[in-house]
Amino acid sequence: MPKKVENVGCPYCGVCCDDLVVTVSDDGKQIIEVENACAIGNQIFHHATGGERVKLPRLRQPDGTYKDISYDEAVDYAAKVLYNAKKPLIYGFGSTNCEGMAAAAKVAEKAGAVLDNCASICHGSSFLAIFDNGYPSCTLGETKNRADVVLYWGANPAHAHPRHMSRYSIFPRGFFTGKGQKSRKIIVIDPRHTDTAQVADIYLQVRQGHDYELFDAFRAVVRGHEIPEEVAGIKREQILEVANIMKKARFGTIFYGMGLCHSDGRNHNVDIAISLTRDLNDYTKWTIMAMRGHYNITGPGAVWSWQYGFPYCLDLTKKDIAHMNPGETSSVDLAMRDEVDAFINIGTDAGAHFPIEAVKHLRKHPWITIDPNICMASEISDLHIPVGIVGVEVPGIVYRMDNVPIQYRKVIDPPEGVISDEELFERIHKRLCELEAEGAAKAEIKAAPAGVRAEE
Amino acid sequence: MANRITLNMITQRSIEEGVAMEKGKTTPEYFEACSIIEMHDDDVKALGLVPNQLVRVTSECGSVVVKAVKGRQSLYPGLAFIPQGVWANQIVPPRTQATGEPQYSGFPVTVEPVNGERRKSALELVQGAVGLWRGDQ
Repeated sequence: MPKKVENVGCPYCGVCCDDLVVTVSDDGKQIIEVENACAIGNQIFHHATGGERVKLPRLRQPDGTYKDISYDEAVDYAAKVLYNAKKPLIYGFGSTNCEGMAAAAKVAEKAGAVLDNCASICHGSSFLAIFDNGYPSCTLGETKNRADVVLYWGANPAHAHPRHMSRYSIFPRGFFTGKGQKSRKIIVIDPRHTDTAQVADIYLQVRQGHDYELFDAFRAVVRGHEIPEEVAGIKREQILEVANIMKKARFGTIFYGMGLCHSDGRNHNVDIAISLTRDLNDYTKWTIMAMRGHYNITGPGAVWSWQYGFPYCLDLTKKDIAHMNPGETSSVDLAMRDEVDAFINIGTDAGAHFPIEAVKHLRKHPWITIDPNICMASEISDLHIPVGIVGVEVPGIVYRMDNVPIQYRKVIDPPEGVISDEELFERIHKRLCELEAEGAAKAEIKAAPAGVRAEE
Repeated sequence: MANRITLNMITQRSIEEGVAMEKGKTTPEYFEACSIIEMHDDDVKALGLVPNQLVRVTSECGSVVVKAVKGRQSLYPGLAFIPQGVWANQIVPPRTQATGEPQYSGFPVTVEPVNGERRKSALELVQGAVGLWRGDQ
Protein backbone atom coordinates (compact mmCIF):
# COMPACT_ATOMS: atom_id res chain seq x y z
CA MET A 1 0.00 0.00 0.00
CA PRO A 2 1.57 3.34 -1.02
CA LYS A 3 2.20 5.64 1.91
CA LYS A 4 1.17 9.32 2.04
CA VAL A 5 3.58 11.57 3.93
CA GLU A 6 1.96 14.86 4.96
CA ASN A 7 3.33 18.30 5.88
CA VAL A 8 6.48 17.78 3.84
CA GLY A 9 8.74 20.80 3.29
CA CYS A 10 9.75 21.71 -0.25
CA PRO A 11 13.48 22.01 -1.02
CA TYR A 12 13.19 24.59 -3.76
CA CYS A 13 12.69 28.27 -2.96
CA GLY A 14 12.74 30.52 0.08
CA VAL A 15 8.98 30.25 0.56
CA CYS A 16 9.66 26.80 2.10
CA CYS A 17 6.15 25.46 1.49
CA ASP A 18 5.55 22.94 4.27
CA ASP A 19 2.18 21.60 3.19
CA LEU A 20 3.27 19.10 0.56
CA VAL A 21 1.79 15.61 0.52
CA VAL A 22 4.11 13.03 -0.99
CA THR A 23 2.97 9.53 -1.93
CA VAL A 24 5.70 6.93 -1.68
CA SER A 25 5.58 3.41 -3.16
CA ASP A 26 5.03 0.25 -1.08
CA ASP A 27 8.74 -0.48 -0.86
CA GLY A 28 9.53 3.14 0.07
CA LYS A 29 11.84 3.58 -2.89
CA GLN A 30 9.77 5.49 -5.45
CA ILE A 31 8.01 8.84 -5.20
CA ILE A 32 4.69 8.34 -6.94
CA GLU A 33 2.87 11.62 -6.44
CA VAL A 34 3.51 15.07 -5.04
CA GLU A 35 0.54 17.23 -4.05
CA ASN A 36 0.48 21.00 -3.43
CA ALA A 37 3.98 21.67 -4.81
CA CYS A 38 4.65 24.16 -7.61
CA ALA A 39 5.97 22.96 -10.96
CA ILE A 40 9.57 23.30 -9.80
CA GLY A 41 9.13 21.63 -6.40
CA ASN A 42 7.23 18.81 -8.08
CA GLN A 43 10.18 18.26 -10.40
CA ILE A 44 12.67 18.04 -7.50
CA PHE A 45 10.78 15.18 -5.82
CA HIS A 46 10.14 13.24 -9.01
CA HIS A 47 13.71 13.70 -10.21
CA ALA A 48 15.00 12.08 -7.00
CA THR A 49 13.74 8.64 -7.97
CA GLY A 50 12.81 9.12 -11.60
CA GLY A 51 16.21 9.26 -13.25
CA GLU A 52 19.78 8.05 -13.03
CA ARG A 53 21.54 9.05 -9.85
CA VAL A 54 25.25 9.15 -9.20
CA LYS A 55 25.81 6.73 -6.31
CA LEU A 56 29.57 6.86 -5.84
CA PRO A 57 32.11 9.69 -5.83
CA ARG A 58 33.78 10.17 -9.20
CA LEU A 59 37.41 11.23 -9.67
CA ARG A 60 38.64 12.87 -12.87
CA GLN A 61 41.29 10.84 -14.70
CA PRO A 62 44.17 12.16 -16.81
CA ASP A 63 42.20 11.37 -19.99
CA GLY A 64 39.38 13.62 -18.79
CA THR A 65 36.92 10.84 -17.90
CA TYR A 66 35.51 10.09 -14.48
CA LYS A 67 36.26 6.94 -12.45
CA ASP A 68 34.13 5.78 -9.52
CA ILE A 69 35.93 5.76 -6.18
CA SER A 70 34.85 5.01 -2.61
CA TYR A 71 33.64 7.62 -0.12
CA ASP A 72 36.79 6.96 1.96
CA GLU A 73 38.96 7.79 -1.03
CA ALA A 74 36.90 10.87 -1.80
CA VAL A 75 37.11 12.09 1.79
CA ASP A 76 40.87 11.55 1.75
CA TYR A 77 41.24 13.43 -1.55
CA ALA A 78 39.09 16.37 -0.40
CA ALA A 79 40.94 16.61 2.92
CA LYS A 80 44.31 16.60 1.15
CA VAL A 81 43.21 19.28 -1.32
CA LEU A 82 42.14 21.47 1.60
CA TYR A 83 45.22 20.65 3.63
CA ASN A 84 47.58 21.53 0.78
CA ALA A 85 45.80 24.69 -0.38
CA LYS A 86 46.96 28.06 0.94
CA LYS A 87 43.55 29.68 0.57
CA PRO A 88 40.74 27.32 -0.40
CA LEU A 89 37.22 28.59 -1.06
CA ILE A 90 34.15 26.65 0.10
CA TYR A 91 31.06 28.10 -1.57
CA GLY A 92 27.37 27.31 -2.05
CA PHE A 93 25.01 25.97 0.65
CA GLY A 94 21.72 27.26 -0.76
CA SER A 95 20.50 23.70 -1.09
CA THR A 96 21.53 21.92 2.07
CA ASN A 97 20.48 21.90 5.72
CA CYS A 98 21.85 23.90 8.64
CA GLU A 99 23.51 20.79 10.05
CA GLY A 100 25.58 20.51 6.87
CA MET A 101 26.45 24.22 7.03
CA ALA A 102 27.71 23.94 10.61
CA ALA A 103 29.82 20.89 9.74
CA ALA A 104 31.26 22.68 6.68
CA ALA A 105 32.19 25.66 8.88
CA LYS A 106 34.25 23.32 11.09
CA VAL A 107 36.08 22.16 7.97
CA ALA A 108 36.61 25.74 6.74
CA GLU A 109 38.02 26.81 10.09
CA LYS A 110 40.34 23.82 10.27
CA ALA A 111 41.51 24.35 6.67
CA GLY A 112 41.88 28.14 6.94
CA ALA A 113 39.42 28.60 4.08
CA VAL A 114 37.12 31.31 2.82
CA LEU A 115 33.54 30.27 3.55
CA ASP A 116 30.86 31.82 1.39
CA ASN A 117 27.29 31.11 0.36
CA CYS A 118 25.03 31.91 -2.59
CA ALA A 119 23.98 35.21 -0.97
CA SER A 120 27.36 36.35 -2.26
CA ILE A 121 25.85 36.59 -5.77
CA CYS A 122 22.23 37.02 -4.68
CA HIS A 123 21.06 38.93 -1.59
CA GLY A 124 24.53 39.82 -0.31
CA SER A 125 23.69 43.43 -1.14
CA SER A 126 20.76 43.12 1.24
CA PHE A 127 23.09 42.16 4.08
CA LEU A 128 25.26 45.20 3.39
CA ALA A 129 22.22 47.49 3.45
CA ILE A 130 20.78 45.81 6.54
CA PHE A 131 24.09 46.24 8.41
CA ASP A 132 23.90 49.97 7.69
CA ASN A 133 20.21 50.66 7.95
CA GLY A 134 18.43 47.93 9.91
CA TYR A 135 15.70 45.56 8.79
CA PRO A 136 12.13 46.54 9.70
CA SER A 137 10.77 43.17 8.63
CA CYS A 138 8.09 40.72 9.69
CA THR A 139 7.14 37.09 9.19
CA LEU A 140 5.25 35.90 6.15
CA GLY A 141 2.38 35.05 8.51
CA GLU A 142 2.08 38.70 9.51
CA THR A 143 1.82 39.73 5.86
CA LYS A 144 -0.79 37.06 5.24
CA ASN A 145 -2.87 38.04 8.25
CA ARG A 146 -2.48 41.82 8.21
CA ALA A 147 -1.26 43.31 4.94
CA ASP A 148 -3.75 45.31 2.89
CA VAL A 149 -1.04 46.69 0.59
CA VAL A 150 1.66 44.48 -0.92
CA LEU A 151 4.42 45.86 -3.11
CA TYR A 152 6.73 43.67 -5.22
CA TRP A 153 9.76 45.62 -6.41
CA GLY A 154 12.24 43.98 -8.80
CA ALA A 155 10.82 40.59 -7.86
CA ASN A 156 8.91 38.12 -9.98
CA PRO A 157 7.45 35.49 -7.65
CA ALA A 158 5.23 34.10 -10.40
CA HIS A 159 8.45 32.59 -11.77
CA ALA A 160 10.96 32.50 -8.92
CA HIS A 161 8.72 31.81 -5.89
CA PRO A 162 5.65 30.28 -7.52
CA ARG A 163 3.50 29.87 -4.36
CA HIS A 164 4.54 33.05 -2.56
CA MET A 165 1.50 34.97 -3.77
CA SER A 166 -1.00 32.21 -3.02
CA ARG A 167 0.35 31.28 0.42
CA TYR A 168 1.32 34.62 1.91
CA SER A 169 0.86 37.83 0.02
CA ILE A 170 -1.98 38.32 -2.47
CA PHE A 171 -4.56 35.56 -2.43
CA PRO A 172 -4.81 33.97 1.05
CA ARG A 173 -7.48 34.98 3.51
CA GLY A 174 -5.86 35.98 6.78
CA PHE A 175 -6.96 37.02 10.25
CA PHE A 176 -7.56 40.65 9.30
CA THR A 177 -7.64 40.09 5.54
CA GLY A 178 -10.68 37.86 5.31
CA LYS A 179 -11.50 38.79 1.74
CA GLY A 180 -8.14 37.66 0.38
CA GLN A 181 -7.15 39.44 -2.81
CA LYS A 182 -10.23 41.68 -2.62
CA SER A 183 -8.99 43.18 0.63
CA ARG A 184 -5.54 43.95 -0.72
CA LYS A 185 -3.95 46.44 -3.08
CA ILE A 186 -1.14 44.92 -5.12
CA ILE A 187 1.59 47.12 -6.59
CA VAL A 188 4.34 45.79 -8.87
CA ILE A 189 7.38 47.85 -9.87
CA ASP A 190 9.64 46.24 -12.47
CA PRO A 191 11.23 47.11 -15.83
CA ARG A 192 9.49 44.06 -17.33
CA HIS A 193 5.75 43.60 -17.40
CA THR A 194 6.12 40.23 -15.69
CA ASP A 195 3.58 37.53 -14.96
CA THR A 196 3.54 38.95 -11.42
CA ALA A 197 2.60 42.35 -12.88
CA GLN A 198 -0.39 40.64 -14.51
CA VAL A 199 -2.06 40.30 -11.10
CA ALA A 200 -1.20 43.81 -9.91
CA ASP A 201 -3.71 46.59 -9.32
CA ILE A 202 -0.99 49.09 -10.18
CA TYR A 203 2.07 48.42 -12.29
CA LEU A 204 4.94 50.90 -12.65
CA GLN A 205 7.45 50.18 -15.42
CA VAL A 206 10.58 51.69 -13.87
CA ARG A 207 13.55 52.24 -16.17
CA GLN A 208 16.06 49.48 -15.56
CA GLY A 209 18.84 50.59 -13.22
CA HIS A 210 16.95 53.67 -12.02
CA ASP A 211 15.26 52.16 -8.96
CA TYR A 212 17.17 54.39 -6.56
CA GLU A 213 15.74 57.52 -8.15
CA LEU A 214 12.21 56.19 -7.88
CA PHE A 215 12.67 55.25 -4.22
CA ASP A 216 14.04 58.75 -3.68
CA ALA A 217 10.96 60.24 -5.32
CA PHE A 218 8.66 58.18 -3.09
CA ARG A 219 10.58 59.32 -0.02
CA ALA A 220 10.35 62.95 -1.13
CA VAL A 221 6.59 62.68 -1.64
CA VAL A 222 6.03 60.86 1.66
CA ARG A 223 7.94 63.65 3.40
CA GLY A 224 5.86 66.31 1.65
CA HIS A 225 8.35 67.55 -0.95
CA GLU A 226 7.88 68.37 -4.64
CA ILE A 227 9.17 65.99 -7.33
CA PRO A 228 9.77 66.43 -11.08
CA GLU A 229 7.09 65.57 -13.64
CA GLU A 230 8.73 62.25 -14.35
CA VAL A 231 11.20 60.11 -12.40
CA ALA A 232 12.82 56.91 -13.71
CA GLY A 233 10.20 56.69 -16.46
CA ILE A 234 7.23 57.07 -14.08
CA LYS A 235 4.85 60.04 -14.23
CA ARG A 236 4.50 62.22 -11.14
CA GLU A 237 0.76 61.47 -10.87
CA GLN A 238 1.44 57.75 -10.61
CA ILE A 239 4.12 58.29 -7.97
CA LEU A 240 1.74 60.48 -5.96
CA GLU A 241 -1.04 57.89 -6.28
CA VAL A 242 1.15 55.01 -5.07
CA ALA A 243 2.68 57.08 -2.27
CA ASN A 244 -0.83 57.95 -1.09
CA ILE A 245 -1.86 54.29 -1.10
CA MET A 246 1.24 53.39 0.90
CA LYS A 247 0.62 56.11 3.50
CA LYS A 248 -2.99 55.07 3.93
CA ALA A 249 -2.29 51.35 4.27
CA ARG A 250 -3.12 49.62 7.53
CA PHE A 251 -0.18 47.26 7.08
CA GLY A 252 2.12 47.04 4.09
CA THR A 253 5.02 44.86 2.99
CA ILE A 254 7.65 45.59 0.37
CA PHE A 255 8.97 42.35 -1.14
CA TYR A 256 12.06 43.03 -3.21
CA GLY A 257 14.26 40.83 -5.35
CA MET A 258 17.19 40.65 -7.69
CA GLY A 259 16.03 43.68 -9.64
CA LEU A 260 17.55 45.74 -6.84
CA CYS A 261 20.53 43.55 -5.92
CA HIS A 262 21.80 42.72 -9.43
CA SER A 263 21.48 46.20 -10.93
CA ASP A 264 23.67 49.28 -10.65
CA GLY A 265 23.59 50.55 -7.09
CA ARG A 266 23.30 47.08 -5.52
CA ASN A 267 23.16 47.60 -1.71
CA HIS A 268 22.30 51.27 -2.12
CA ASN A 269 19.03 50.29 -3.80
CA VAL A 270 18.17 48.11 -0.82
CA ASP A 271 19.37 50.75 1.60
CA ILE A 272 16.93 53.34 0.27
CA ALA A 273 14.13 50.74 0.17
CA ILE A 274 14.68 50.27 3.90
CA SER A 275 14.72 54.04 4.39
CA LEU A 276 11.39 54.36 2.58
CA THR A 277 9.97 51.64 4.83
CA ARG A 278 11.19 53.55 7.87
CA ASP A 279 9.67 56.81 6.57
CA LEU A 280 6.31 55.12 5.98
CA ASN A 281 6.32 53.95 9.59
CA ASP A 282 5.83 57.59 10.61
CA TYR A 283 2.31 57.20 9.22
CA THR A 284 1.36 53.53 9.44
CA LYS A 285 2.91 50.07 9.69
CA TRP A 286 5.21 49.02 6.85
CA THR A 287 7.62 46.13 6.62
CA ILE A 288 10.19 44.94 4.08
CA MET A 289 11.44 41.49 3.14
CA ALA A 290 14.11 40.12 0.83
CA MET A 291 12.78 37.45 -1.55
CA ARG A 292 15.46 34.91 -0.67
CA GLY A 293 16.03 32.40 -3.45
CA HIS A 294 16.97 28.89 -2.32
CA TYR A 295 14.93 27.15 0.36
CA ASN A 296 17.75 27.42 2.89
CA ILE A 297 19.89 30.30 1.69
CA THR A 298 18.76 32.14 4.80
CA GLY A 299 20.29 29.25 6.78
CA PRO A 300 24.02 29.97 6.41
CA GLY A 301 23.42 33.58 7.41
CA ALA A 302 21.81 32.37 10.63
CA VAL A 303 24.24 29.52 11.33
CA TRP A 304 27.49 31.33 10.55
CA SER A 305 26.40 34.58 12.22
CA TRP A 306 25.91 32.52 15.36
CA GLN A 307 29.23 30.74 14.91
CA TYR A 308 31.44 33.62 13.69
CA GLY A 309 29.41 36.84 13.71
CA PHE A 310 29.17 37.14 9.92
CA PRO A 311 26.59 35.75 7.50
CA TYR A 312 28.67 35.31 4.32
CA CYS A 313 32.05 36.04 2.70
CA LEU A 314 33.84 34.74 5.80
CA ASP A 315 37.60 34.78 5.59
CA LEU A 316 38.78 32.07 8.00
CA THR A 317 42.35 31.98 6.75
CA LYS A 318 43.38 33.02 10.25
CA LYS A 319 41.40 29.98 11.45
CA ASP A 320 39.36 31.04 14.48
CA ILE A 321 39.55 34.77 13.74
CA ALA A 322 36.93 35.57 11.12
CA HIS A 323 36.63 38.65 9.01
CA MET A 324 34.24 39.62 6.26
CA ASN A 325 34.59 42.25 3.57
CA PRO A 326 32.54 41.67 0.39
CA GLY A 327 34.43 42.90 -2.63
CA GLU A 328 37.57 41.48 -0.99
CA THR A 329 36.39 38.19 0.52
CA SER A 330 33.50 37.46 -1.88
CA SER A 331 33.73 34.41 -4.12
CA VAL A 332 33.53 36.04 -7.55
CA ASP A 333 36.00 38.77 -6.59
CA LEU A 334 38.41 36.21 -5.12
CA ALA A 335 38.11 34.14 -8.30
CA MET A 336 38.72 37.09 -10.61
CA ARG A 337 41.84 38.04 -8.65
CA ASP A 338 43.06 34.42 -8.72
CA GLU A 339 43.32 34.58 -4.96
CA VAL A 340 42.12 31.08 -4.11
CA ASP A 341 43.93 27.86 -4.96
CA ALA A 342 41.20 25.26 -4.38
CA PHE A 343 37.43 25.35 -4.72
CA ILE A 344 34.66 23.31 -3.13
CA ASN A 345 31.23 23.81 -4.70
CA ILE A 346 28.54 22.52 -2.33
CA GLY A 347 24.77 22.65 -2.72
CA THR A 348 24.81 25.00 -5.69
CA ASP A 349 26.11 25.12 -9.27
CA ALA A 350 28.81 27.72 -9.70
CA GLY A 351 29.56 26.19 -13.11
CA ALA A 352 26.20 27.39 -14.39
CA HIS A 353 25.58 30.45 -12.25
CA PHE A 354 28.91 32.25 -11.96
CA PRO A 355 29.98 34.46 -14.86
CA ILE A 356 32.06 32.18 -17.07
CA GLU A 357 35.16 34.32 -16.54
CA ALA A 358 35.05 33.51 -12.81
CA VAL A 359 34.57 29.80 -13.59
CA LYS A 360 37.68 29.82 -15.80
CA HIS A 361 39.78 31.32 -13.00
CA LEU A 362 38.54 28.88 -10.38
CA ARG A 363 39.10 25.90 -12.64
CA LYS A 364 42.83 26.59 -12.78
CA HIS A 365 42.94 24.92 -9.37
CA PRO A 366 41.46 21.76 -7.83
CA TRP A 367 37.65 21.89 -7.99
CA ILE A 368 35.47 19.56 -5.92
CA THR A 369 31.69 19.44 -6.31
CA ILE A 370 29.40 18.10 -3.59
CA ASP A 371 25.90 17.71 -5.03
CA PRO A 372 23.23 15.00 -5.35
CA ASN A 373 22.91 15.55 -9.08
CA ILE A 374 24.85 16.02 -12.26
CA CYS A 375 25.22 19.74 -12.89
CA MET A 376 27.66 22.01 -14.70
CA ALA A 377 29.94 22.18 -11.65
CA SER A 378 30.04 18.39 -11.36
CA GLU A 379 30.96 18.07 -15.02
CA ILE A 380 34.05 20.27 -14.76
CA SER A 381 35.24 19.01 -11.36
CA ASP A 382 38.26 16.98 -10.40
CA LEU A 383 36.05 15.20 -7.91
CA HIS A 384 32.26 14.90 -7.69
CA ILE A 385 30.85 13.58 -4.41
CA PRO A 386 27.13 12.72 -4.48
CA VAL A 387 25.07 13.31 -1.35
CA GLY A 388 21.45 12.76 -0.29
CA ILE A 389 18.84 15.38 -1.27
CA VAL A 390 17.84 17.46 1.76
CA GLY A 391 14.08 17.53 2.22
CA VAL A 392 13.64 14.38 0.16
CA GLU A 393 16.21 11.91 1.50
CA VAL A 394 17.83 13.82 4.37
CA PRO A 395 16.00 15.66 7.19
CA GLY A 396 17.22 18.86 8.80
CA ILE A 397 16.63 22.47 9.79
CA VAL A 398 16.11 25.10 7.11
CA TYR A 399 15.41 28.83 7.45
CA ARG A 400 12.53 30.30 5.47
CA MET A 401 13.00 33.69 3.77
CA ASP A 402 11.55 35.44 6.84
CA ASN A 403 14.15 33.81 9.14
CA VAL A 404 11.69 31.27 10.54
CA PRO A 405 13.39 27.88 11.10
CA ILE A 406 11.50 24.84 9.85
CA GLN A 407 12.27 21.17 10.48
CA TYR A 408 12.35 19.39 7.12
CA ARG A 409 11.79 15.67 6.97
CA LYS A 410 12.80 12.95 4.59
CA VAL A 411 10.27 10.93 2.62
CA ILE A 412 12.55 8.22 1.21
CA ASP A 413 16.03 6.86 1.87
CA PRO A 414 18.94 8.08 -0.25
CA PRO A 415 20.38 5.60 -2.75
CA GLU A 416 22.25 2.87 -0.91
CA GLY A 417 25.58 4.07 0.40
CA VAL A 418 25.00 7.75 -0.39
CA ILE A 419 25.69 9.93 2.66
CA SER A 420 24.51 13.38 3.80
CA ASP A 421 26.39 16.68 3.47
CA GLU A 422 26.76 16.75 7.25
CA GLU A 423 28.31 13.29 7.46
CA LEU A 424 30.60 14.06 4.53
CA PHE A 425 31.93 17.26 6.10
CA GLU A 426 32.34 15.55 9.48
CA ARG A 427 34.43 12.86 7.81
CA ILE A 428 36.50 15.44 5.89
CA HIS A 429 37.05 17.29 9.18
CA LYS A 430 38.20 14.11 10.88
CA ARG A 431 40.62 13.37 8.05
CA LEU A 432 41.92 16.96 8.12
CA CYS A 433 42.66 16.57 11.83
CA GLU A 434 44.55 13.36 11.08
CA LEU A 435 46.56 15.05 8.33
CA GLU A 436 47.36 17.94 10.61
CA ALA A 437 48.54 15.49 13.25
CA GLU A 438 50.68 13.64 10.77
CA GLY A 439 52.00 16.95 9.49
CA ALA A 440 53.68 15.33 6.51
CA ALA A 441 51.15 15.17 3.73
CA LYS A 442 52.02 18.36 1.92
CA ALA A 443 55.25 17.30 0.26
CA GLU A 444 53.97 13.94 -0.87
CA ILE A 445 50.57 14.56 -2.30
CA LYS A 446 49.66 16.12 -5.59
CA ALA A 447 46.33 17.78 -5.18
CA ALA A 448 44.77 16.85 -8.52
CA PRO A 449 45.49 14.43 -11.35
CA ALA A 450 47.82 15.74 -14.01
CA GLY A 451 46.56 16.69 -17.41
CA VAL A 452 43.21 18.18 -16.55
CA ARG A 453 44.08 21.76 -15.59
CA ALA A 454 42.45 24.36 -17.77
CA GLU A 455 45.70 25.72 -19.16
CA GLU A 456 47.11 22.33 -20.10
CA MET B 1 17.17 47.71 -40.92
CA ALA B 2 20.26 47.55 -38.76
CA ASN B 3 22.86 44.78 -38.82
CA ARG B 4 23.52 45.25 -35.17
CA ILE B 5 21.85 47.09 -32.30
CA THR B 6 22.89 47.87 -28.74
CA LEU B 7 20.54 46.90 -25.94
CA ASN B 8 20.50 46.89 -22.12
CA MET B 9 20.60 43.26 -20.90
CA ILE B 10 18.95 41.78 -17.82
CA THR B 11 19.21 38.12 -16.76
CA GLN B 12 16.80 36.70 -14.19
CA ARG B 13 14.98 33.49 -13.34
CA SER B 14 12.15 32.10 -15.43
CA ILE B 15 9.92 29.29 -14.24
CA GLU B 16 10.78 27.30 -17.36
CA GLU B 17 14.45 27.58 -16.38
CA GLY B 18 13.63 26.54 -12.82
CA VAL B 19 11.70 23.43 -13.83
CA ALA B 20 14.28 22.42 -16.44
CA MET B 21 17.17 23.04 -14.05
CA GLU B 22 15.72 20.58 -11.55
CA LYS B 23 15.22 18.05 -14.31
CA GLY B 24 18.86 18.47 -15.29
CA LYS B 25 21.06 21.05 -16.95
CA THR B 26 22.01 18.64 -19.71
CA THR B 27 18.38 18.08 -20.75
CA PRO B 28 16.76 19.45 -23.93
CA GLU B 29 14.27 21.27 -21.68
CA TYR B 30 17.06 23.29 -20.03
CA PHE B 31 18.58 24.02 -23.44
CA GLU B 32 15.30 25.37 -24.81
CA ALA B 33 14.45 27.26 -21.62
CA CYS B 34 17.73 29.12 -21.33
CA SER B 35 19.39 29.53 -24.75
CA ILE B 36 16.95 32.27 -25.75
CA ILE B 37 16.70 36.05 -25.82
CA GLU B 38 13.58 38.18 -25.50
CA MET B 39 13.40 41.70 -26.93
CA HIS B 40 10.79 44.36 -27.65
CA ASP B 41 9.05 44.09 -31.03
CA ASP B 42 10.61 47.40 -32.14
CA ASP B 43 14.10 45.95 -31.65
CA VAL B 44 13.17 42.70 -33.37
CA LYS B 45 11.92 44.72 -36.33
CA ALA B 46 15.03 46.93 -36.31
CA LEU B 47 17.14 43.81 -36.76
CA GLY B 48 14.75 42.37 -39.34
CA LEU B 49 14.49 39.11 -37.44
CA VAL B 50 12.03 36.35 -38.23
CA PRO B 51 10.64 34.39 -35.26
CA ASN B 52 13.11 31.96 -33.68
CA GLN B 53 16.05 33.32 -35.65
CA LEU B 54 19.47 32.87 -34.05
CA VAL B 55 21.38 35.95 -32.93
CA ARG B 56 24.80 36.60 -31.49
CA VAL B 57 24.78 38.58 -28.25
CA THR B 58 28.06 40.21 -27.30
CA SER B 59 29.00 42.00 -24.08
CA GLU B 60 32.22 43.51 -22.78
CA CYS B 61 33.43 40.05 -21.76
CA GLY B 62 32.13 37.49 -24.23
CA SER B 63 29.49 36.44 -26.69
CA VAL B 64 26.91 33.71 -27.09
CA VAL B 65 24.51 32.51 -29.80
CA VAL B 66 20.87 32.29 -28.67
CA LYS B 67 17.42 32.10 -30.24
CA ALA B 68 15.29 35.26 -30.45
CA VAL B 69 11.82 34.38 -29.16
CA LYS B 70 8.68 36.30 -28.34
CA GLY B 71 8.30 36.16 -24.57
CA ARG B 72 5.14 36.26 -22.52
CA GLN B 73 6.55 39.00 -20.29
CA SER B 74 7.02 42.23 -22.18
CA LEU B 75 10.00 44.56 -22.20
CA TYR B 76 10.26 48.18 -23.25
CA PRO B 77 12.31 49.10 -26.36
CA GLY B 78 16.03 48.92 -25.67
CA LEU B 79 15.76 46.31 -22.91
CA ALA B 80 16.62 42.63 -23.53
CA PHE B 81 16.30 39.51 -21.39
CA ILE B 82 18.08 36.15 -21.29
CA PRO B 83 16.96 33.74 -18.53
CA GLN B 84 19.60 33.15 -15.87
CA GLY B 85 21.77 30.14 -16.55
CA VAL B 86 24.62 28.90 -18.67
CA TRP B 87 23.98 31.01 -21.79
CA ALA B 88 23.41 34.26 -19.90
CA ASN B 89 26.58 33.72 -17.90
CA GLN B 90 28.72 33.59 -21.02
CA ILE B 91 28.20 37.34 -21.26
CA VAL B 92 27.53 38.49 -17.66
CA PRO B 93 30.34 40.85 -16.60
CA PRO B 94 32.03 39.59 -13.42
CA ARG B 95 32.48 43.13 -12.05
CA THR B 96 30.74 43.44 -8.69
CA GLN B 97 30.84 47.12 -7.62
CA ALA B 98 32.78 45.78 -4.60
CA THR B 99 29.76 43.87 -3.29
CA GLY B 100 30.51 40.34 -4.54
CA GLU B 101 27.53 40.41 -6.89
CA PRO B 102 28.28 40.31 -10.60
CA GLN B 103 26.50 42.65 -13.02
CA TYR B 104 23.69 40.18 -13.80
CA SER B 105 21.36 42.99 -14.84
CA GLY B 106 21.93 46.25 -16.63
CA PHE B 107 24.91 45.78 -18.93
CA PRO B 108 25.23 46.80 -22.58
CA VAL B 109 25.20 44.15 -25.29
CA THR B 110 25.13 44.17 -29.06
CA VAL B 111 22.70 41.87 -30.84
CA GLU B 112 23.14 40.77 -34.44
CA PRO B 113 21.61 38.04 -36.60
CA VAL B 114 23.87 35.09 -37.46
CA ASN B 115 23.81 32.63 -40.31
CA GLY B 116 25.43 29.24 -40.37
CA GLU B 117 26.02 29.16 -36.62
CA ARG B 118 24.35 27.06 -33.98
CA ARG B 119 23.51 27.31 -30.33
CA LYS B 120 26.04 25.40 -28.25
CA SER B 121 24.92 23.01 -25.53
CA ALA B 122 25.40 23.87 -21.85
CA LEU B 123 28.15 21.27 -21.50
CA GLU B 124 29.95 22.47 -24.60
CA LEU B 125 29.96 26.04 -23.32
CA VAL B 126 31.07 25.29 -19.76
CA GLN B 127 33.44 22.39 -20.41
CA GLY B 128 34.73 24.20 -23.50
CA ALA B 129 35.55 27.27 -21.41
CA VAL B 130 37.83 25.25 -19.12
CA GLY B 131 39.41 22.94 -21.68
CA LEU B 132 37.44 19.81 -20.82
CA TRP B 133 35.08 19.57 -23.80
CA ARG B 134 35.72 16.42 -25.79
CA GLY B 135 32.97 16.74 -28.39
CA ASP B 136 29.56 15.11 -28.25
CA GLN B 137 29.96 12.17 -25.91
